[in-house]
Amino acid sequence: MNSVKRQKQRKVLLMGKSGAGKTSMRSIVFSNYVAKDVRRLGATIDVEHSNIKFMGNLMLNLWDCGGQDGFVENYLTHQRTHVFGSVAVLIFVFDIESREFAADVINYSNIIRALSECSPNAKVFILIHKMDLVQTRLRDQLFAERADYIRGASEGFKDSVDFFATSIWDQSLYRAWTMIIYHLIPNAASIETLLQQLAEVIDARELILYERTTCLMVTHVTRGMENENPYTDRFERISSILKTHKQSMSKHTGIPAGTANFAEMQIKTGRFMFFITRLTENTNLAASIPPSEQIFNAARINILLARPRFAELDIASRPRAPAEGGQGQPPSAQIGAAEA
Amino acid sequence: MNSSLLTIPARRRRLSDEMEDPDEGLSRFQPAARLTMLRYLQDLHEAETPLDAVPPQYHTGRLPNSKSGDGKPRLLLMGQRRSGKSSISSVVFHKLPPSETLYIEATTRVKKESMHSFMDFQVWDFPGHVDYFDPAFDTENIFEEIGALIWVIDAQDEYIDAIMRLHKTILNLQQHYPAINVEVFVHKVDGLSDDFRQDTFRDIIQRVQDDLSDAGFENAPVSFYQTSIYDHSIFEAFSKVIQKLIPQLPTLEALLNSLCLSCRIEKAYLFDVLSKIYIATDTSPTDIGNYELCSDYIDVIVDVSEIYGWDRPEGEAGEEEYGESGNQDAESLITMEKKGNNYLYLREINKSVFQRPESASMADPKQSRYLALICLMGEDSSAEKKALIDYNVGVFQEALKQVFPR
Ligand SMILES: Nc1nc2c(ncn2[C@@H]2O[C@H](COP(=O)(O)OP(=O)(O)OP(=O)(O)O)[C@@H](O)[C@H]2O)c(=O)[nH]1
Ligand SMILES: Nc1nc2c(ncn2[C@@H]2O[C@H](COP(=O)(O)OP(=O)(O)O)[C@@H](O)[C@H]2O)c(=O)[nH]1
Ligand SMILES: [Mg+2]
Ligand SMILES: [Mg+2]
Repeated sequence: MNSVKRQKQRKVLLMGKSGAGKTSMRSIVFSNYVAKDVRRLGATIDVEHSNIKFMGNLMLNLWDCGGQDGFVENYLTHQRTHVFGSVAVLIFVFDIESREFAADVINYSNIIRALSECSPNAKVFILIHKMDLVQTRLRDQLFAERADYIRGASEGFKDSVDFFATSIWDQSLYRAWTMIIYHLIPNAASIETLLQQLAEVIDARELILYERTTCLMVTHVTRGMENENPYTDRFERISSILKTHKQSMSKHTGIPAGTANFAEMQIKTGRFMFFITRLTENTNLAASIPPSEQIFNAARINILLARPRFAELDIASRPRAPAEGGQGQPPSAQIGAAEA
Repeated sequence: MNSSLLTIPARRRRLSDEMEDPDEGLSRFQPAARLTMLRYLQDLHEAETPLDAVPPQYHTGRLPNSKSGDGKPRLLLMGQRRSGKSSISSVVFHKLPPSETLYIEATTRVKKESMHSFMDFQVWDFPGHVDYFDPAFDTENIFEEIGALIWVIDAQDEYIDAIMRLHKTILNLQQHYPAINVEVFVHKVDGLSDDFRQDTFRDIIQRVQDDLSDAGFENAPVSFYQTSIYDHSIFEAFSKVIQKLIPQLPTLEALLNSLCLSCRIEKAYLFDVLSKIYIATDTSPTDIGNYELCSDYIDVIVDVSEIYGWDRPEGEAGEEEYGESGNQDAESLITMEKKGNNYLYLREINKSVFQRPESASMADPKQSRYLALICLMGEDSSAEKKALIDYNVGVFQEALKQVFPR
């Protein structure tokens, strides 16, 4: 009946002081804003919800919580259980430029307390944001100092909290969000197994599965020598570059960025061949293979053939619903926030 | 090299509308050159010359007033302090993320930089306070070889003084070096509202031209551009400046026109990959949107090529199998879902010629100076057209080798 119920709803809180950059990053990752556009955003009033469909059976339920004092007060008191109940992930954003870091941390501990009360099993990610405003050579040290201090205030989450230095102006934002998403994907292991098999069959050096709208990586498989690839940041780099490209394509063609998707992209060189093609409703597959036309052609066909198995994986991991009929995955259920 | 990590957020701007036609009155079109081209096209086999063992140095721009004859077009960047000169050269030629320019320190001496790109040229970044027409200053040495003087005006600041100095400079140049192009960059326009930006731009042009005609110069070679390091406009402006310094431009344009015609391509660009400056395009109208699209496409290719073209250790199992089978020059094609047809096509040109095999490392940008042909396909392009395009691009590539004689 309702396909929404069968999807794994995961509640994600996005919190932090007003002006820290929460709405900015959400708009860039999920709504096809470019970094320049975010100057237009106003302060968030209360909570803005967005439902973002990821990999078929993962539904992100993102709560962008306006950070002005009055709202926060309200979350902590009247709405305490409503806001902090059944949370899967809390993302707390600190503005590196903030003049009142100590006050920010106190604010943070109040939130942490409420979270451990209502959702003790939640996972906490801390993003120390606007790092572009710090001189390059000072970044690492400042980040480490802040992270240490914040960890000290993390109470029950002390040992599990993860820190990321981010900026909307580079791929660090993608790195952080890729990790967050990976944490939330319920059947990552079975996707990886299937991807591994596919990689063997087509003799790929590397396969990257990414979500089409956000360009965030879902998972990847790396084989043989490719494990030595010195570009360890390549996944977020690829996310970031594909996202930018998608936006420029959309601008050029007049197709909304949410649907400006590749049918295919290929790059052939003497050192490698690379192509991106659609895998499932919400995902694209990027493949790096040896430089051979034969392997290239065979790989394209094999991926085509593997599509149904990946689609099935999305469905199989949910409770069986025989009466599903043609309804299945509503094709319109792309990332909900894309229309923002 | 992380050229495109920080991809410049693009804002659509119809820059081309306001720009002066870069070629007007400056065309170095020579019928002879075209004749030679035709002969090469008809007669490719005979025209072909054997490859040199040493990678050729392509000196494309030979300037009228160049004495030393090393053929390096030199660009001078001048303007008031803090107008953005160092930022421009860092962003355009060193791929510095624009936001990092906030930390650039004041320039205290002339900085000469040789760009190792398809074209070799130099950027002289002048600190604002130097009075280079002071008799004590060796102007001869400064100006004798330059192809263009880029004058940077901060559009967010008071510009009356800048215009006065520019005026003085143009007058001096007109006396001694009339062949130098003066390119005025009305810079930092990102901070201005659309209306204000247009007004400022017009006002600056008006003032400069009024001053010049008062001094008796009606047709000094001065062009104006609106630029910002925060979007593609600075690259577009540089492209136009540099195109004027390429004597073979008309030939290149003719070649691209004929490519577009024979394959029904909407628009074709010849890019210098590393600087992302386009050295030629066909003569149909350009707009900055097309430029942005190509430039972002190059980012994708360069990044992916860097990431997956890393130097694999020798003897990887099975590696010999593919060893030489692939084409050294990358080739790429993008098809969009909604449009269904081939949308973008990219082909690197002459990369293999430029790269010495033993040192051909993607990680070393100095080793890879090469061009890329980018074609924006029209709506009705189908997959079958690919073969036609491949063939014609091959012809184009051969012709190009002849345009730049070794
Ligand atoms: N320099 C820099 N500025 C940023 C970055 N991210 C966001 N900003 C700026 O920060 C400002 C505030 O961003 P918002 O996203 O509206 O802040 P918010 O956290 O949603 O604020 P509330 O909705 O009031 O809680 C915007 O003007 C952005 O331009 C970043 O990474 N670097
Ligand atoms: N908003 C904006 N600022 C710029 C632009 N270009 C440069 N700037 C800033 O202008 C300042 C001065 O730049 P700098 O390159 O040192 O000027 P120079 O003295 O002419 O070399 C720096 O803080 C730059 O960040 C631009 O296009 N837009
Ligand atoms: Mg907000
Ligand atoms: Mg300077």
